[in-house]
Amino acid sequence: MRKLDFSALLPYADALVEGLIFTVVLTLVSTLAGIAVGTVGAWARTSGPRWAGGLVAAYVEVIRNTPFIVQLFFIFFGLPAAGVKLSEASAAFLAMTINLGAYSTEIIRAGIDATPKGHWEAGLSLAMSRFEVFRHVVLAPAFKKVWPALSSQIIIVMLGSSVVSQISAEDLTYAANFIQSRNFRAFEVYFLVTALYLALSIAMRAALAALGAKLFPKV
Amino acid sequence: MADFSFWVIFSNLLLAARWTVLLSLIAFISGGLVGVVLLFLRTSGVKALAWFVRIYVEVFQGTPLLMQLFLLFFGVALFGIELSPWAAAALALTLWTSAFLVEIWRGCVESVPKGQWEASSSLALNYVEQMRYVILPQALRIAVAPTVGFSVQVIKGTALASIIGFVEVTKAGTMLNNATFRPFLVYSLVALIYFALCFPLSMLAKKLEGRLNVAR
Amino acid sequence: MSPAETRPLVEIKDIRKSFGPLEVLKGISMDVAQGDVVAIIGRSGSGKSTLLRTINGLETFDSGSISVDGTPVIGGEKELKALRRKVGMVFQQFNLFPHLTAAENVALAPKVVLGAGAKEQAETAREMLEKVGLGDKLGNYPSQLSGGQQQRVAIARALAMHPKVLLCDEITSALDPELVNEVLRVVETLAKDGMTLILVTHEMRFARDVGSKLVFMHHGKVHEEGDPKTLFAKPGTPELAQFVGSIG
Ligand SMILES: Nc1ncnc2c1ncn2[C@@H]1O[C@H](COP(=O)(O)OP(=O)(O)OP(=O)(O)O)[C@@H](O)[C@H]1O
Ligand SMILES: [Mg+2]
Repeated sequence: MRKLDFSALLPYADALVEGLIFTVVLTLVSTLAGIAVGTVGAWARTSGPRWAGGLVAAYVEVIRNTPFIVQLFFIFFGLPAAGVKLSEASAAFLAMTINLGAYSTEIIRAGIDATPKGHWEAGLSLAMSRFEVFRHVVLAPAFKKVWPALSSQIIIVMLGSSVVSQISAEDLTYAANFIQSRNFRAFEVYFLVTALYLALSIAMRAALAALGAKLFPKV
Repeated sequence: MADFSFWVIFSNLLLAARWTVLLSLIAFISGGLVGVVLLFLRTSGVKALAWFVRIYVEVFQGTPLLMQLFLLFFGVALFGIELSPWAAAALALTLWTSAFLVEIWRGCVESVPKGQWEASSSLALNYVEQMRYVILPQALRIAVAPTVGFSVQVIKGTALASIIGFVEVTKAGTMLNNATFRPFLVYSLVALIYFALCFPLSMLAKKLEGRLNVAR
Repeated sequence: MSPAETRPLVEIKDIRKSFGPLEVLKGISMDVAQGDVVAIIGRSGSGKSTLLRTINGLETFDSGSISVDGTPVIGGEKELKALRRKVGMVFQQFNLFPHLTAAENVALAPKVVLGAGAKEQAETAREMLEKVGLGDKLGNYPSQLSGGQQQRVAIARALAMHPKVLLCDEITSALDPELVNEVLRVVETLAKDGMTLILVTHEMRFARDVGSKLVFMHHGKVHEEGDPKTLFAKPGTPELAQFVGSIG
C-alpha cells in the first residue's frame, strides 16, 4: 500500500483556488438567475394565463425528470446543431439556471399557494392589480416560508455543478481532474476537493440562513 | 438514411437503458438496506451511533456524488483495491442513496407521536421491538411517498456512472453521438428515456402524497 | 332623507348570483345614498357576504347591474381597479400583510396604486392611524398588535385610499368580546364624519343606534328594509321578528 502524500498537491494550489472561485461564482450567478426564473415560473403557474401555466408545468416536469448531466450535454453538444453555440462557461451557467429555475418554480409556487386567500383579496380591494398584489403582498411572505427549501436546493445545485467539468468548464472538479492527470495522486486530490465541497456546502448553508434571517426578519 | 440512424440510435439507447434500470434497482435496494441499518443507529438513543450517522449523512449529502464516485473509482485503486466501473458505481450510489433515505425515514419516524414510544415502552417492549411493531408500521405509511419520490433522484444519479465509463443510457448517448454526429437527436432521446423512467414515479409519488393528506 | 334628484352613490339592480346549482342572490336591488350607513343583517348563509363582495368585484354576478358613483361594476382588471379606488373593504379576518408594519400596511396602496412619494406615504400612514387611535403603533408589525388594533389598522388601510364607500363584513366577529367596542367606536366616528358605510353585522344594538338603514336578508332576497329603530321595535315580517328574537 502506498503512502498518502498531500504535499504533492501544493504546486497546484493556484489551480485549486481558481477552480473553487469558478464554482462559487457559477453557483452564485446561476442561483440569482435561477430564482428569477423560478419567480416568473411560479407567477405563471399560479396567476398567469392558462397556456403559460401549462408551458411552465411542462418545463418543470421535463427538468425534474431528467439528469442534470443530460441537460448539460443537450445544451452544450445538442444546441450547436440547432445553431446555438455556447462557450463552456455559459453552457454551464445556462444549464444550472434552467435546472434551478425548474425546482425553484415548484418551491416558490408552494409558498404562494400557502398565501391566505384573504391577503389576495385585501390587496385587490385596495385597487392593486393581481401583479401588484403578487409583487408587494404575496412574494415576501412566500419566500420567507420556502427559504429553507430553496436554500437546500441551491446547495444541491452547487454540488451538482461538479458535472460541468465534463464539458471542460474549469470548475473545482475540473481542477481536480487536471491535477490528478499530472501528479497521479488521485486519492489525495479527490479527497481534498471533496473536503472543499463539503466546506463550501456547510459555509453556504450558514450564509443562506444568515441571509434569510436578514431578508425576512422574524416579527 | 436519416430514419435508419434514428432507429439505430434509439434501439441502442433502449438496450443501454437496461443497465440504467439495473443499476438504479441495485442502488435503491442496497441503499435502502443500508439506510434501514443507519436508521436504527440514528434513532437508537446511543449518542455515539447517532453522531456517526449524522456525520455520514453530512458527508454524503454535502459532497458531490461525482466526487464520491471518483474517490471510489480512481482514488481507492491506488491502494491496490481495483474496482470495476460497475462495482464503483453501485457502491457509490448505494452509500449516497442510504444517506438520503435515512434522513427521509428519520423524519417519518420522528413524526410518529412521542406518546407511541412511551406507550410501547410501558408495554415492556425493547427498542427493536418498539420499532418493529409500533413505530415503523406507522412511519412506513408516511414514508412511502417521499421514498418513491427519491427513487427518481437515484435513477438520475446513475447517469454519473457514465463518467467513469459504465455504459448506461448517458454513456451510450455519448458514444452514439461520437459515431453519428447527431447530438441534438441523441441527447433528446436520452432525455426522453430518462423522462419515461422518472415521470411515472414522480406522478406516483405525488399521488401517494395526495392520498395521505386526504386520509389525515 | 337623501334628495330625490341626486343619483344614489351605490345602485344595485336585480342582482342574481349562483354557485353551481345554488342560487345565493335571487334578485337584490338596493340604493345607497351618499352618507348612508346601511346595516345588513340576516341568518348565516343568507348571502350577505356574497352581496357585499359583488359590490367591489371580488365576486362576479350572473345578471343585474351595480354601479358605484357612476362607475359600473364589470370585469376586466382596469375597470375593477378604477372601481376599487372608490370602494374600500374591511374583512372579518383583518387580512393585514404580515411582513409590513402598521404604517407600511396603510401606505402600501397609496405607494403602489397612487404613486405616492416617501413623505406623502409617511404622512398618510400617520394621519390614518391617528384617526383610528393608533398613532403610537406605526412601527408595529401585525403580530405585535391585538386583534382590535389589527382591525383598526385594516380600517386605516382602507381609508388611506379615500374611498367613497366602505364595505365592512362582520368586522368584529373574529374579536374577543372586550375588543369589539374599540372597533365599533371607530366605525361610529366614521359614520358621524359622513362616510358612506355598508356593513354586514351581528351587532344588533350597533345596527340600531348607528345605522341609517337596515336591510334584512333572507334566502338570498331583501326580505325587509327600512329605518333601523322602527324595524327593531316593530318587525314587519315574522322572519325578521324571529331573527331579532333569536339574536336577543
Ligand atoms: N365560493 C363559494 N362557492 C360555493 N358556495 C359558496 C361560495 N361562497 C359562498 N357560498 C355559499 O353561498 C351561500 C351564501 O354565503 P354567504 O357567505 O354570502 O352567506 P352569509 O350571509 O355571509 O353567511 P355568514 O353569516 O355565515 O357569513 C352559502 O350557502 C355559502 O355556502
Ligand atoms: Mg358572511
